[in-house]
Amino acid sequence: MAFRIALAGNPNSGKTSIFNELTGSTQYVGNWPGVTVEKKEGYLKSDKRCMIVDLPGIYSLSPYTLEEVVTRDYLLDGKPDVIINIVDATNLERNLYLTTQLMETGIPMVLALNMIDVVHKSGDTIDTRALSQSLGCPVIETSAVTGVGLKEVVQKALAYAESGNTGLLQAGFSKTTEKALSSLTELIADSVPPELLRWYAIKLFEQDEKVMNRLKLPATVLSEIQAHIKRTETEMDDSAESIITNERYNHITHITARCLVRKARIGNTTISDKIDRVVTNRWLALPLFFFAMWAVYYVSIQSLGDVTIGWVEWIFNDLIGANIARALGSIGTSAWLTGLVVEGIIGGVGAVITFVPQMMILFFFLALMEDCGYMARVAFIMDRIFRKFGLSGKSFIPMLIGTGCSVPAIMASRTIENLRDRRMTIMLTPFIPCGAKLPVFALFVGVFFPNNTFVGPSMYLIGILAIIVSGILLKRTRLFAGDPAPFVMELPSYHMPRLKGVLIHMWDRGKAFIKKASTIIAVASAGIWILQSTSWGFQMVEPDASILASMGRILAPVFRPLGFGFWEAAVATITGLLAKETIVATLGILVGVGEVTENDPNLILRISQLFTPLSAYAFMIFTLFAAPCAAAIGATRREMQSARWTWIAILFQTGIAYLAALLVFQIGSLFV
Amino acid sequence: MRTLKQVQLGETVVVRKINGEGATMRRIMDMGITKGCQVTIRKVAPLGDPIEVTVRGYELSLRKADADNILIQE
Repeated sequence: MAFRIALAGNPNSGKTSIFNELTGSTQYVGNWPGVTVEKKEGYLKSDKRCMIVDLPGIYSLSPYTLEEVVTRDYLLDGKPDVIINIVDATNLERNLYLTTQLMETGIPMVLALNMIDVVHKSGDTIDTRALSQSLGCPVIETSAVTGVGLKEVVQKALAYAESGNTGLLQAGFSKTTEKALSSLTELIADSVPPELLRWYAIKLFEQDEKVMNRLKLPATVLSEIQAHIKRTETEMDDSAESIITNERYNHITHITARCLVRKARIGNTTISDKIDRVVTNRWLALPLFFFAMWAVYYVSIQSLGDVTIGWVEWIFNDLIGANIARALGSIGTSAWLTGLVVEGIIGGVGAVITFVPQMMILFFFLALMEDCGYMARVAFIMDRIFRKFGLSGKSFIPMLIGTGCSVPAIMASRTIENLRDRRMTIMLTPFIPCGAKLPVFALFVGVFFPNNTFVGPSMYLIGILAIIVSGILLKRTRLFAGDPAPFVMELPSYHMPRLKGVLIHMWDRGKAFIKKASTIIAVASAGIWILQSTSWGFQMVEPDASILASMGRILAPVFRPLGFGFWEAAVATITGLLAKETIVATLGILVGVGEVTENDPNLILRISQLFTPLSAYAFMIFTLFAAPCAAAIGATRREMQSARWTWIAILFQTGIAYLAALLVFQIGSLFV
Repeated sequence: MRTLKQVQLGETVVVRKINGEGATMRRIMDMGITKGCQVTIRKVAPLGDPIEVTVRGYELSLRKADADNILIQE
């Protein structure tokens, strides 16, 4: 039979690993309709007819976060045939909190007691049979690492999907609460399906606004419900929401008292504690963190990463480019078509692919830090600073990834729950110099500031400074006004990351970048090549008589106050919208030295005639801040889910770019 | 009456009541800080905020401003 299986569980419960194990490589990753919450679907390896939906990692089914609402709606409207609830066995109490809520949806459920190997190792014991009896559903010990129990979970899930068995023993509340709930049940009995009566009664009791709007109950019923709630709240001297949460946890404490035996620990010094004592130590935390950052950066961008650039350039220019040029020549292709393919498309895509190894190494280390649990500590350490300018510690992770590429960085902003924080993070992340901006800086530093070691790094400092200043200013505007977002975050135990998990993580991020190179950049490079090599009459011409040049000449005066009011720079700025690294290539073509890299001597000579050191610096600043590349704008649009906010971001970034470059050039002119 | 914010490092206390409502408070309760549960202050971040607590056998971080809404039993 073809069943739909929903995978639900807390973040860090190993849900994603289990999903990967169950589905193999047949996955579809997209968004839930209308929101930027990732939706993953796959088919069971052992039975391709059965679809598995990986629900977002959540702690509760409250109405307050997008992920939780998406999950609720899917369970109620999507009606999967069975839920596999992944429970982190090392953290039973809090994980069962979600379990008790899932049980109220009336869908058959199987519980996977994951990371059981870790529990065994710690000396704790869980009485699986007692747990199963308390919940009324099968409980299977699993480990995504060793693969133990996964087959059995699937078998049980399919059996339950088939029989529709729901012998679930739902959480019971106190007498007073139950009385109120049964009154509510009577009031809504005609308005909701019978299997969801209790779910709706509890949600109405919690005064869940989303559920109230959904049911559209008549005013008389609503006021009666309110009266019941008020009475109970007064009697128990607590808010309804708090009553339900408390009693739910009380119910769970009864269950765990029955089935969980913790080994007595002397003091509390697990390995995780020992590591944590060092890395979040009052004095060591920040130095260690900066050292870690420097080491990651040094390996992935400078030493190892730098070597790989040469390899990729060789592959694209000498291997692919040269051979295709020869092949096209031998079949008598016209010069312009050869130019379009070799210089335009292969050259353009190659310029982008150059950064892929660097980025992959960077993403590898970041995934490593994330999977072992250090990233959560980074957010913990940095929160104080980030809150000062209206962001949370969680904004730091996207910004770190942004040193590689803004596209996965913007995508990583999803982990920030608060909408305002997320928007601001998306807007400000591109201010961190990404890998693609580095060759632009390298070119100008090489020409104008060869002996100045601080000009290059100054871009990072200025970028960070701009984020701080923008954060403080934006927080004061109407768009971002409001209370700071909560920072209530689980700090997962440290554990050895699994290579497979890290590689999948790395690939997920890098994929976004490669996709950009192979689609947008390929088309854009071809487009630019045509624009810069033809005239308005579609004749082949030199770059300075091309369509692009004439567009550049119109735009150039805009940049005059910034010091680079000539058409070459204007055109480079336009092509920079497609991909920042093409700025170097564009300048190369426009000043007539052809497709070059940043250390070509002819390019250096021509550049030094066009720019002054000051205008060069202003140009670097403009490049640093101006609207990011097309792919990053695309990512912004996807994550903002709003054309208006995308425009706000682009205009803000470009405005800052113009203003900062203007300031640098005008103030600098007074001194130079 | 003391709040969780005023509790010393290393001290274990019992939660008495949680003030306020809305998303943040619900979140704190969802994460297991509820009436009658034990909370141990584990650590203060290097810059003084947020704090790390042990609750229900795991580590949770929250800001001092939010900890100030959690009343404890003496």
